Amino acid sequence: MKNMSSNNTKHINRRAFLRNTTLAGGGLVIGFNLIQSCKTKVVKEAVIDLANLDYMDFNAFIKIAENGAVTIFSPNPEIGQGVKTAMPMIIAEELDVAWNMVHVEQAALDTKSFVRQVAGGSQSIRHGWDALRQTGAKAKHMLVQAAANRWGVDASTCSVSEGVITNANGETLGYGDVVKEAALLEVPEEVTLKTPKEYKIMGKDAPNVDLDEIVTGKPLFGLDYKVDGMLYASVLRPPAFGQELVSFDDSEARKMSGVVDVITIGSKLRAYLEKDDRFHSKISPSDKVVVIAKSTWEAMQAKKAIKATWEAKGTLESTEEHDNILNGILDGNDFVTQRADGDVKKAFAEADDILERTYESPFLPHNCMEPMNFYAHVTDAKVHLAGPIQPPEWKAGLVAQMLEREPEQVQMDMTRMGGGFGRRLFGDFVVEAAEISDAIRKPVQVVSSREDDMTTGVYRPAIKYRIKAGVKDGKVTAYHLKEASINDSMYGLIPNFFPAGAIENYQVDTSAHKSEITTGAWRAPFTNFLASAEQSFFDELAEMMEVDKIQLRLDLLQKVKGTSDERIQYSPERMEEVIKVAVEKSGWGTKPKNVYQGFVNYYCHNTHVAEVADVEIEDGKPVVKKITCVVDCGIVVNPTGALNQIEGGVIDGVGHAMYGDFIFKDGKPLANNYDRYKLIRMKEAPEVETHLIQNEF
Amino acid sequence: MPTYQIRVNGVDRTVDVSSDTPLLWVLRDHIGLVGTKFGCGIGQCGACTVHVDGVAMRSCSATVEMAKDREITTIEGLSEDGTHPVQEAWKTIDVPQCGYCQAGQIMTAAAFLESNPNPSENDIENALHGNICRCATYSRIKKAVKLAAENMD
Repeated sequence: MKNMSSNNTKHINRRAFLRNTTLAGGGLVIGFNLIQSCKTKVVKEAVIDLANLDYMDFNAFIKIAENGAVTIFSPNPEIGQGVKTAMPMIIAEELDVAWNMVHVEQAALDTKSFVRQVAGGSQSIRHGWDALRQTGAKAKHMLVQAAANRWGVDASTCSVSEGVITNANGETLGYGDVVKEAALLEVPEEVTLKTPKEYKIMGKDAPNVDLDEIVTGKPLFGLDYKVDGMLYASVLRPPAFGQELVSFDDSEARKMSGVVDVITIGSKLRAYLEKDDRFHSKISPSDKVVVIAKSTWEAMQAKKAIKATWEAKGTLESTEEHDNILNGILDGNDFVTQRADGDVKKAFAEADDILERTYESPFLPHNCMEPMNFYAHVTDAKVHLAGPIQPPEWKAGLVAQMLEREPEQVQMDMTRMGGGFGRRLFGDFVVEAAEISDAIRKPVQVVSSREDDMTTGVYRPAIKYRIKAGVKDGKVTAYHLKEASINDSMYGLIPNFFPAGAIENYQVDTSAHKSEITTGAWRAPFTNFLASAEQSFFDELAEMMEVDKIQLRLDLLQKVKGTSDERIQYSPERMEEVIKVAVEKSGWGTKPKNVYQGFVNYYCHNTHVAEVADVEIEDGKPVVKKITCVVDCGIVVNPTGALNQIEGGVIDGVGHAMYGDFIFKDGKPLANNYDRYKLIRMKEAPEVETHLIQNEF
Repeated sequence: MPTYQIRVNGVDRTVDVSSDTPLLWVLRDHIGLVGTKFGCGIGQCGACTVHVDGVAMRSCSATVEMAKDREITTIEGLSEDGTHPVQEAWKTIDVPQCGYCQAGQIMTAAAFLESNPNPSENDIENALHGNICRCATYSRIKKAVKLAAENMD
C-alpha cells in the first residue's frame, strides 16, 4: 500500500480522487472528509480515495461504501468515558443511518481538521455537540440532494430513514447508491438539525463499540502497541521529589540479559522547560537513567541493578510538614479572594451562632490500571508517537518544540487508554519516550512499573478547606470558605457554584503552597473533594440549626431563583428537581434506625446531582451500603454509557473517601503498589441506584 | 539462555528466556498475546489472570519455569470466537468502561464458574474480590457473572 503523507492526501482534488477510485478496482469506497465541518468550514477537496490510503493519515470522517456500510471516525481519545461510542452516535443520528450499520474507528490526531481532540475537563460531548450534529446533517443533506438530482425532484420532497431516501412516488435509493454523486456536491453552509423528539439513536442504549475486542483480548491499549524491532525502556527517576541525579553505576545492569543500552535523558526537557514553566509542576527536571532492553521484563529487572546517587537542594518534604504549612495558611490572612459578596466579617460579628469546620484531603495517585507508557520513533524525517494520551495535540506540539521539529513532522496515533482520570493529561511519559528515541534513533516503548507509576505520579494535590457559617434569626447569613492547597488553587468558575448567590455575605479565598511534588488534575479536579467538604459542612450546619438537612438546601436555593447575577453557574430550578427526586427515590427519613443517611447536592461540569447515602455501622466502622443518585446532565446521548459512568464514579468516590491515603516522608510516598495502597474492590462497593432526569437541554 | 516449551491456547510454543521470567511477559513480549494485562506485577490486581491447567492464576507471579508442561489458556483462547458464556454475558450487560482489567475479570469468572456453576452473590463477590477495576464497574461485573452462570447450565 502506498503510504502517502497527510499533506499530499489533503490536497487531493476531486478529479484525482475519482480517477484513483476507478483504478482502485474493488476498493470502491468513498469518503466524505466532513470533519472539516467540525471547524464549520467548507472544504472543496472533500473526497478521498480510501482504498489507496494509509488510514492513519486521515482522521474523523464519515465513510460510506457503495453497499451502504458506514464508517464513522471518532475524533476524541477514549479513556473509558465512552466517547468512542457516544460521539459517533451523534453523527449517526443526524446522518440518519441505522446504528447497527455503523462501524466506528478511532481517528488519529489531525489538528487541521479537528478542534479540541482532548479527553479532559469532561467536555468532549459538550464541545463536540454542535459540530458533530452538523457533520452528520451536512452529509445527509448532500446524499438527499444527490438522490433528488437523479430523480429530477426537489430535495425537500424526499424523506430519509436509516440510510434509505424515499421520494414522493415511493421510489427509494440507499445512501450507497448515491454516495459517488453526493461526494461531488458542494458542502452546504447551513442545514436543519433534528429536534430531540426526532432522535432515534440518541437516548437509546448503545453498547461500547469496542466490546468484542475487549472481551477477546485484542490489542487496543498503549501497552499492546508493538512494531517490529521495537525496544523497551525502563526509566529510573529520582526516588524522592526534589532530588536530582548526581552519578550512577550501570556496570551490573549492562551485563544483564536483553540489555541493549543504558543512557541518560533530561537535557532536552530542561531546555524546553526554560521556555514553558507551566509544565514544570508536572515533571521532574532531573536527569534520568534509562535502561533499554529487548523486553519489558528485562528492562525493568536491569533498572533495579542501577546504582544511582541522588541529591536534593532543599529539605525533602513530608505530609507532616505539609499539614503544618496548610494549617498555618488557614490560620493566616494571606489569601487571594476569588469572590466576595456583602461583608462576611460584619455578618459573623452579628450572628447568633457560628459553625466552623476544617476538612482535609491527601495527595492521591491516579492508579490507572494501565501503567503509564508511550511509543516513540524518532528519525531524521519524522517523529512518530503512539499511545494513551488525553490531549494528543498539546503533547505532539510539546515534543515538536522540544526536539526542534516542525509540527507537521510529528505523527501522533491514539490508542485506547486503560483509564485516564486526568493522569494522562500530563504527557511526561510522552516527553520521555521522545527524548529516548531521539537519542537512540530506534522505535522504543517506555513502560512504567506499578511502583514507578505510583511513586512518580502527578497527584491530586493535598488540600484543606476551612468553612465558616454564621446564622442569625434561624437564617444562614454568612459563608466563608478558605482553601489551602499544594501547588494548585481552585480556579475558574468554582467560586460561582452553590452556595454562591444563596447567602448574602459570601466569600471564597484561596492560597497555595509551592511544592516539588508534581500535582495536577485528578478526576473532576478540585470539585471532587470540594463537593465532599462543602456538603458535609451543610449537613453539620443543619444539625447545629436543628433543621432538616434537605430543607436547608431547598430554602437556600429559593434565594437564587430569578437572580440577575450572571456569574452564578448553577440552576436553582434544576437543582431543586434532582433534590426532590432523590428524596422520593431514596426513602429519605424513612429508613430503620441503624441506617444513617447523608445528603449531597452538587453542580459542576454542567451537571446537577443529588445523592443520598445509606450508611450502616459494622464492627464500629461506617459502611456505605447504598447510594441513590439523581443526575441531570442534559440530553443523555447513550444511557447505558452514562449509567456505567455514574455508577463507577460514585463507587470510585466512596472508595477514595474510605481508603484513599497517600503519605509522604523524606520526599517519597510510603505506598508504591496495591499491597500498601487500597483501591475499592467488589465486596466494598455500595449498591448504586441511578435516576437520570430526562430533559431537552 | 534456557529454551522453554510451553503450550498456550492449544499451541506449542518455544521461547528463549531466563528461568525467572514471569509468564505474563512471556505471553506479552515473546509470544505476542497481549490480551493478558500488566497491572501491578505483584499478584494484587488480577489484570494478568490466565488459566493454568484450568485454574485461575496470576501470570505476573508465575514464572515460565512453573508454566512449562502445563496447559495455559489466555483470554485469546477462552473461546474461538468470543462466544464463551462469560464473554457473551459481558457483552449483554455492556460491562467495560476503559476495558483494561476486563480480560482478567473474565478469566477469573470463567474458572470460578467451572468450579461453582450455581454461585450465590456472596460466592461471586469472594471470587472476584481479587480483581481491581479502577473504573469500578463492579455492579455490572456481578450481574454479568450471574447471567453467565444461568447460561452455563
